[in-house]
Amino acid sequence: MKLLLKGARVIDPSQKIDTQMDILIEDGKISSCGASIKAPPDTQIIHLNNMIAVPGLIDMHVHLREPGLEYKETIATGSAAAVAGGFTSIACMPNTEPVHDNRSITEFILRKAAEANLARVYPIGAISIGSEGKQMTEFWDLKEAGVIALSDDGKPVMDAALMRRAMEYAGSLDLPVIQHCEDVNLSAGGLMNEGYWSTVMGLPGIPSIAEEIMVGRDILIAEYTKTRIHIAHVSTAGSVRLIRNAKMRGLRVTAETAPHYFTLTDECLQDYDTSYKVNPPLRSAADSAAIKEGLSDGTIDAIACDHAPHARTDKEVEFVYAANGISGLETSLGLSLNLVHEGILTWEKLITAMACNPAQILNLDKGTLKTGSDADITVIDPEQTWTVDVKNFVSRGKNSPFSGRKMKGRAILTIVAGDIKYDGRS
Amino acid sequence: MMKLAKKDILGIREMTVDEINLILETAESFLEISTREIKKVPTLRGKSIINLFYEASTRTRTSFEIAGKRLSADTINISASTSSVVKGETLIDTARNLEAMNPDIIVLRHSAAGAAHLLASLVRQSIINAGDGAHEHPSQALLDMMTIREKKGRLTGLKVAIIGDILHSRVARSNIYGLSKMGARVVVAGPATMMPRDIEQMGVQAFTKLEDAITDADVVMMLRIQLERQKQNIFPSLREYAQHYCLNRKNIRLAKSDAIVMHPGPINRGVEISPDIADDPGCSVILDQVNNGVAVRMALLYLLSGGNE
Repeated sequence: MKLLLKGARVIDPSQKIDTQMDILIEDGKISSCGASIKAPPDTQIIHLNNMIAVPGLIDMHVHLREPGLEYKETIATGSAAAVAGGFTSIACMPNTEPVHDNRSITEFILRKAAEANLARVYPIGAISIGSEGKQMTEFWDLKEAGVIALSDDGKPVMDAALMRRAMEYAGSLDLPVIQHCEDVNLSAGGLMNEGYWSTVMGLPGIPSIAEEIMVGRDILIAEYTKTRIHIAHVSTAGSVRLIRNAKMRGLRVTAETAPHYFTLTDECLQDYDTSYKVNPPLRSAADSAAIKEGLSDGTIDAIACDHAPHARTDKEVEFVYAANGISGLETSLGLSLNLVHEGILTWEKLITAMACNPAQILNLDKGTLKTGSDADITVIDPEQTWTVDVKNFVSRGKNSPFSGRKMKGRAILTIVAGDIKYDGRS
Repeated sequence: MMKLAKKDILGIREMTVDEINLILETAESFLEISTREIKKVPTLRGKSIINLFYEASTRTRTSFEIAGKRLSADTINISASTSSVVKGETLIDTARNLEAMNPDIIVLRHSAAGAAHLLASLVRQSIINAGDGAHEHPSQALLDMMTIREKKGRLTGLKVAIIGDILHSRVARSNIYGLSKMGARVVVAGPATMMPRDIEQMGVQAFTKLEDAITDADVVMMLRIQLERQKQNIFPSLREYAQHYCLNRKNIRLAKSDAIVMHPGPINRGVEISPDIADDPGCSVILDQVNNGVAVRMALLYLLSGGNE
């Protein structure tokens, strides 16, 4: 099967390319890129004038809920949501039931992903058994089974000694360690960002220092042990400052943020709408501005949506009992494109944050359109305007505060290994 | 006379000055009913009011029940201990079941901030928030404003000091909104651990010393200290708290000589207020608050039932 993408503006930051050209795909690989490629026999030609073709987008932080919580999402529905949102690859967090802390679950996830045959699914294994923060999992065995990074996800590693050992051991295997930074003593009982709005609403607050103290701690561990650390979903100005400083000092610190942290603030919670309840919580306008600045100057390397699908019953309860999270895969690109529309990011920087950098952080041979690489390509219609409607979500999780929001720009083709996995052309 | 154009009473923050005035004036007109020999008028005959209380409460629940009964409504009390809550039913399911029985008003007390908002968005009946977590307690603030106005003749220009655990107090929040809207100046005081972040943005002045707040105050409102907060390291001991934040004969001299003392109850005697102050009819208006509470709740029930139509 051969595929020729004709006439798109091709943006590939990995090769510093931003020009109109054709891409020829043969046997799942990119066989050539260039101006006016002649189609070999038996080639499907797709004309993409005014469209933008980029290396397949990668979301390095999603929750697929399987095994155990299939009523919220499955590997099949989650990877369908991924390709519908323009993502060719996703990395799934280990907070399943049971926790993904041994290779039998890695193998299960990879088997389910292969059966779904949509996006590439890269499993992230737990740092500690049961993510209980006590005993390390078998990193080496997990890596051999296909785990590409380690994290205890929403159960941050509070024990600094365990974190140090995990980073040292994982470092020797070149397995990235991802930390959800939250000092759980400082955040205990908290339901939203601590500040004016938590005062108005009478909800217990989560102070920004709950995140920043652990960001600072893990940067110190990375420096001391000469290892690297990846900070998940950065939400505060203080975290951005700490990471910027660490990078200036040459430390191997990388970071991601989620679209809701640069799109929304804690003021959105004033009607107790649980669709805005996330962890870390939506922060102040000043924090949101700092996140944008961090993305713009490269302090924050990646955009990852922290896709957290939930069933209605998990959200339609009193605010205190509502689950944290937003079903984000199908709105992530649209929200991130706003940064381009607002002039905060160039297209090149956006694609770097949504494809190149996630690949690099996770050691994936992805995020590029180089000749010979896997033909993972996302085609975006930059002018298409559309309105988010959760009823149209492919994901089982319809929990999104963005329903009804107008967007400009959308993935219209998601190609994985040369196969069209999503076709949204009208 | 104007009409209350609201389905629900969720908080004072959403109320206008006109609405507050309407409620207070209506309540004042109802005061007299409670002094009659036969304390009952037929105004709400045939209306059903459900008091849905997920948190223990004697004062507020009784006050709403008496208010409903004095207006001849049928009042039904449901408390968490006897309800389906213990069987694990969600607030939403409970609400939908109650809705199907066609009451006219549901009065909700709940430990979760925002519970009344949730209920109001789900059912067609009027909801009165009788306290939701640390968020709001509108009927309390209304009865407090009614009491202050009764004693001082006005709210505008008064200095009101609210003392204690502001962080966890729905009474403080509702009063800050209401009193500020009505033109009073609100100051708060308490240990730094009991002061919510960015409280100044609500338009109040915040102090850590009681003395700084009550100086020249027309009204001193003491909040209840919840003993279980000690475990969260909000304060070290009741003893130390009482030494510095108890209103007594000595420090009350800093307030205006005709200052009134309020407390939403129940009082921890000797912790928030010394017994001689609490029982001093010269300054304590605590029982007037309770008396006015019935009238305010009658007014709310009446106005939400389409009163003044």
